[in-house]
Amino acid sequence: MSARDRILAKLRKARPELPQHLPSLDDHYAPRARGESRQERLARFRTGIEGFHADVHVSTASDWPQVLATLCAEKNIQTLMYGAATPAAAQLEATAFGGTTLRPWAGQFEDLKADLFHRVDAGFTLARGAIAETGSLILWPSGDEPRTLSLIPPIHFVLLDAATIQPTFYDALNSENWAAGLPTNALLISGPSKTADIQQTLAYGAHGPKELIVIVINVEGGTV
Amino acid sequence: MSSPAQQSAGKPVAFVSAQALRARMHDAVNDPHLRQSFRGAMDFLMAKRAAQFPDQGELDSLRSLSESIRQYSLSRLPDLLEQLESNLTRNGVQVHWAETPEEANAIMLGIAQRHAAKLIVKGKSMVSEEIEFNHAMEAAGVGALESDMGEYIVQLAGEKPSHIIMPAIHQTKQQIARLFAEHIPGVDYTDNVDALIQIGRRVLREKFEVADIGLSGVNFAVAETGTLCLVENEGNGRMCTTVPKVHIAITGIEKVVEKLEHVAPLFSILTRSATGQAVSTYFNMISGPRRGEDKDGPEEVHLVLLDNGRSQAYADEQLRKTLQCIRCGACMNHCPVYTRIGGHAYGTTYPGPIGKIISPHMMGLEQTHLLPTASSLCGACGEVCPVKIPIPELLIRLRGEANSAPHANPAMVGQGAAYDPKISLLWKLWARLYARPATYRAFTWLATRFRALTPTQQSGWTAARTPLKPASRRLRDMVKDRR
Repeated sequence: MSARDRILAKLRKARPELPQHLPSLDDHYAPRARGESRQERLARFRTGIEGFHADVHVSTASDWPQVLATLCAEKNIQTLMYGAATPAAAQLEATAFGGTTLRPWAGQFEDLKADLFHRVDAGFTLARGAIAETGSLILWPSGDEPRTLSLIPPIHFVLLDAATIQPTFYDALNSENWAAGLPTNALLISGPSKTADIQQTLAYGAHGPKELIVIVINVEGGTV
Repeated sequence: MSSPAQQSAGKPVAFVSAQALRARMHDAVNDPHLRQSFRGAMDFLMAKRAAQFPDQGELDSLRSLSESIRQYSLSRLPDLLEQLESNLTRNGVQVHWAETPEEANAIMLGIAQRHAAKLIVKGKSMVSEEIEFNHAMEAAGVGALESDMGEYIVQLAGEKPSHIIMPAIHQTKQQIARLFAEHIPGVDYTDNVDALIQIGRRVLREKFEVADIGLSGVNFAVAETGTLCLVENEGNGRMCTTVPKVHIAITGIEKVVEKLEHVAPLFSILTRSATGQAVSTYFNMISGPRRGEDKDGPEEVHLVLLDNGRSQAYADEQLRKTLQCIRCGACMNHCPVYTRIGGHAYGTTYPGPIGKIISPHMMGLEQTHLLPTASSLCGACGEVCPVKIPIPELLIRLRGEANSAPHANPAMVGQGAAYDPKISLLWKLWARLYARPATYRAFTWLATRFRALTPTQQSGWTAARTPLKPASRRLRDMVKDRR
């Protein structure tokens, strides 16, 4: 008998006869699915993630590459790496980036590992969505936008469409039926990397990005 | 640092002897710096948690829901483990089962040797502490490096974590500054926290880049999708599970839930109860190794499922509630005993209230029967537990298991370990006396008349207190006079 069979046999021997009843998760979350407007939801998301030390810039579908270029210049970014085959890539490539070199991800991680650790100053990715309740970004890394783009470079730029912000994590994973097909790695990101492991003193830039900068495409425009 | 930590420095904890436990607690209580560190940190964590739950109604609803999800998952545990295994396998994750820490270490050492691994970088994992993973690897010549800042500090100091969420909570920044200056080449003393973290970042980034294997724990394992969820703030968990070619995750068998949606409330109540954060910086959902179009991520992912006494707790309806735990640490943050003695004094991997109820299953009651007595039964742990584990009830149950006469088919290994026939007889006599009004009246009458004969040395009682002596008049007589 293997360890597996012994463990399962022990658990089965002791198992309660009737499975416990599970209350509805909807009942807990329903009262909080507020009938808020898109702008209100964006405002909630923004307050949340800014509380975690992320910077948020609201822009439009056509202007965001210029916002990114300006931020790259301000932060003196030499090399910005991004996913080559995304819809945003074409817009990026059509924008003048001044002193910043745009470098599309090409090849396997092993080919780029040393550059990612030592020579890439910032990574750029899209967000799949966001969560208003907690101020969290949702990322589903893929072959086009690998996981390390949002992890290894010291600065992470994220492009978020305000229309994709969900009230809660529960709403996001249910309304989009995540369980039907998750990618290898799915992520919630709420701010730059941080730690309070030394005397409960908060310090940013622990192991992941030191800065998280969110550019929001807000179709309805207006101030938030 | 106080002597207890140094005594246990780097050595596996094999036995919690009564003498050693009492000595460590005595030392800890008499160390004003240690008490100050813990008092300050626990006050901070309690205030942060309270601020996350301004709405009592929402907290009640979320706690009830979280408790139900954990109980439901446990009620279907063997089925869910099989479902998890089959979905992980379908996703390309290799699943291993281990009954004991030795088996778990052997499995992971086997993987390391197959890859000729020299260095394993570790994300935070209490299960890896439970099985003394670092010692097992180092004994076989494989380096195991902690990368969570707190765990890294504790490993540099040759200590064990003193808190399950904040491992280095007992160290001051000055102590950490000295530690870094002493152990990291080219580093001068600085007690600036940002500078210390940047030093840790630099040292550990070099290691992430070259490590052969990344190890992590698991906060929730989702059966329906074959997904391993990790909660963290630093990004080292993502580094360990993304950069090296091999990722090994290890978890206790109780961490599985059925559906992906079940993690939403559990994740929310976990971070809010643990560190008073609305959400952690990263919530990492891993469903397999690099595949298809993926350009990065590990080429191999393994999951080790560890029993180590959990199936014993599972076998008993009441004790099973121990396994509802989601390891937030709120029980220790609110515990008056933990706050005064710190995490090291317990001598077990899991300190505080949760440690007192889980360690007896992992180590047996012979070694741990004193732990459940290190409690005032104030009930704070049970009140804050996000999944409503009735910790005080379980402490009383464990005291009973340890002190009852050994019998056949006990629920726990080591049942009766603290049984003393003399004490047992004394309690029986006391019970008889108090159950019969006539004998009780006669006894109290005699006690007041012969009070002068009360001994002045009363064993453990008089070690720190004045001797007990019956009053000159009984309460019933005084009440009679007043009428």
